[in-house]
Amino acid sequence: MKAKFLVPLLLFFGLAGFLAFGLTLNPREVPSPLIDKPAPKFSLARLDAPEQQFTLESMRGEVWLLNVWASWCVACRQEHPLLVRMARDKVVPVVGLNYKEVRGDGAINARGLSLEAETSMAIERARRWLSDHGDPYQVSVMDIDGRVGIDFGVYGVPETFLIDREGRIRYKHIGPITPDSLQNVLMPKIEELRRAG
Amino acid sequence: MIPELGHFALILALVLSLVQAVVPLVGAQRNSMALMAVGRPAAQGQFFFILFSYACLTWAFITSDFSVELAATNSHSATPLMYKITGVWGNHEGSLLLWAMSLSLWTVAVTVFSRHLPEAFMARVLGVLGLVSAGFISFTLVTSNPFERLLPGAGEGRDLNPLLQDPGMIIHPPLLYMGYVGFSVAFAFAIAALLSGRLDAAWARWSRPWTTVAWVFLTAGIAVGSGWAYYELGWGGWWFWDPVENASFMPWLLGTALMHSLAVTEKRGAFRSWTVLLAIGAFSLSLLGTFLVRSGVITSVHAFATDPKRGLYILALLVIVIGASLLLYAMRANKLMGGGSFGLVSRETALLGNNVLLTVASASVLLGTLYPLFLDALNLGKISVGPPYFEAVFVPLMTPVVVLMMFGPFLRWKDDDLVAAVRKVAPAFIASVLIGVGVAFAVDHVTWRTVLGLSLAAWVVLASIQLLVGRLKERAGASASSRLRSITASWWGMWLAHLGIGVFIIGVTMVGSLDRHLDVKMKEGQRAELAGYTFVFRGAVEAQGANYDAARGQIELSRDGKVLDMLTPEKRLYWAQGMPMTEASLNIGPFRDVYVSLGEQLDDGAWIVSLYYKPFISWIWMGCLLMALGGIFAAADVRYRRMAARDAAVASGRRVAASA
Repeated sequence: MKAKFLVPLLLFFGLAGFLAFGLTLNPREVPSPLIDKPAPKFSLARLDAPEQQFTLESMRGEVWLLNVWASWCVACRQEHPLLVRMARDKVVPVVGLNYKEVRGDGAINARGLSLEAETSMAIERARRWLSDHGDPYQVSVMDIDGRVGIDFGVYGVPETFLIDREGRIRYKHIGPITPDSLQNVLMPKIEELRRAG
Repeated sequence: MIPELGHFALILALVLSLVQAVVPLVGAQRNSMALMAVGRPAAQGQFFFILFSYACLTWAFITSDFSVELAATNSHSATPLMYKITGVWGNHEGSLLLWAMSLSLWTVAVTVFSRHLPEAFMARVLGVLGLVSAGFISFTLVTSNPFERLLPGAGEGRDLNPLLQDPGMIIHPPLLYMGYVGFSVAFAFAIAALLSGRLDAAWARWSRPWTTVAWVFLTAGIAVGSGWAYYELGWGGWWFWDPVENASFMPWLLGTALMHSLAVTEKRGAFRSWTVLLAIGAFSLSLLGTFLVRSGVITSVHAFATDPKRGLYILALLVIVIGASLLLYAMRANKLMGGGSFGLVSRETALLGNNVLLTVASASVLLGTLYPLFLDALNLGKISVGPPYFEAVFVPLMTPVVVLMMFGPFLRWKDDDLVAAVRKVAPAFIASVLIGVGVAFAVDHVTWRTVLGLSLAAWVVLASIQLLVGRLKERAGASASSRLRSITASWWGMWLAHLGIGVFIIGVTMVGSLDRHLDVKMKEGQRAELAGYTFVFRGAVEAQGANYDAARGQIELSRDGKVLDMLTPEKRLYWAQGMPMTEASLNIGPFRDVYVSLGEQLDDGAWIVSLYYKPFISWIWMGCLLMALGGIFAAADVRYRRMAARDAAVASGRRVAASA
């Protein structure tokens, strides 16, 4: 056996090692560099009243969730009934960040739209979606161009940020919230933050 | 009851695959005819049971038996029959069963069409295929049982993903699976040859038609998938460098190298160790693709629901199959040295050069696909690798491939004179560059990409013509028809497939350089202009499909005042999943497509409409079709059948001699 014929085998084992490592990664646990840092400031138009702006300041003193959603997001449909139930039971205040409502939709090409046209289309789509599926949000804001999403490091929709009384991000949940993750991960953290201050 | 029968049949198929794996291999080692003879009936029995099992699953879908979990999550009572049937493979479990079934189909094909092979060789081939099959059927049964019951049953199903409710779904997955599972045959031949120590021209000749047919399926499968994405996703792209596309493209690249390497091994006895490695590599990449799609390691639009247990099982399977083959290779490869020697300027060199380039291209696709994972593992941060990387890597790698591909056939085997060869092709080469520059100026789009693409395409076409003319002149004095007949099917295959690459390059270059796109807000009666075409919006009407409601736009397409077509793009809402879908409408022509998709309706009743002009885009698929057709010609060459008959005669002669 000559050493050079072992090269393919060794290369393959190297690759298999990486793949094995890949299996240990949980794509739902992408760490956010923003954890425990103050949430990026923003001021965005409210979906229900676009002439009014919403800022982080209005939530100061509360432990709350910022839920990133869009009507084109299929996985959002999965978590939505749970959010609606949470709102009904007044579990925790949830603010919706409607993310790239129009330009995020792969099915439409928004490049030729003016910002006004895109905004009015986004409002209509988002409102229709909430009236069809139920509105769990204390308030929902419109991130038309996704800039606030970038500040928050949004990786995919849905994502949910847990924000404490001082306006710091304490946890980031990637993907749809499930009853299991709500009960075993989010709720203990929320209760801990509420006790803390 | 029927799902349980299907489940039971699958278990029987697993038992038979184990029999097929173990008994003939032991038989070949001990030289026992009786044990070796078990392989054939075991393989055929296994196919029968998988087919039966597959039919049972399909039955659950057709009859809307929503007590079967898979049917409840992937079908709906209102789904059209065709999509109930194809819905079986529109999910992880069912597609795995399709994978196993196509492997079994290939195995049965080997038992039928390769009767002339020596018994011991055949026994080893069947044994290897049986092992792979056992791995996949047990994977299905242990981690992904498609017959899982849902008790109590669901009242209504959740329906097949609307994106998959399309004619593309009917042919794309079966073709693709037949393609990359088909490389298992070349793999099994290579392993059988390594086991028996018999890697000669005969082995290469036996593998060649199998490899070519698998390659034809894969080519067609990838082309259909790309065409489907083009008209279904609604924005006119045809290739996205998505991890799952890459998963099918990597075995294609390596399979292409394998086909050519087998040709050299058969004709000249050279490259044997390299050919074996390519045969192992092509199938390994098929397995790797399966792993990537189903383990959740790489996220993709194609990704199936993921589960770490499944990932671990396939990874183990991967390590056993590929690891064992490469170990066997390392142990036996030094016996494969030697073979025909060849000079620096020879057809062998050209083929070897292209094989190396194709392998590097395949490796760079692998690198791009797994790069995010590598960085993550080494703690260097998270990134994603997009089309710019692949395009930057691909153009420089494929340019020499295309140049060499047309130069090689002008070279003689073994040794040739560089000056004479270059002199032969220089006029065509120079003319190609001039044509490339000229056409780029004529279409008023002078970028290096356009010039390069058009020059390469011209080179392929001109060199093809020169090759054909040269071939026809070879037998001076013979009649035209006898000259034509003297050309073998495999030569035509080579010629057509290479010409197909030229046609493909024309399509890619033209659509990449000259496509036009416009998004407009349109109200009834409004018109828009794009690339000389006029679009008049005639309003949108309500329409209803079998399991969806739609708004259907009516757009009149005209040019120079002459109405050409009424385009009807749709915005569909599928009932079961409440999922909106865009259905584009196309006016297809030989030199351009006009492509229209319907966006959103605005408050004032106007619609957002996307208009595209796509010059020469159908040439992309025409090129693929020519390549596949070339493969069919090559595989159908009578030489294989003549040689098979001779092998059979030799084998039976040997048997007669042995019994005498």
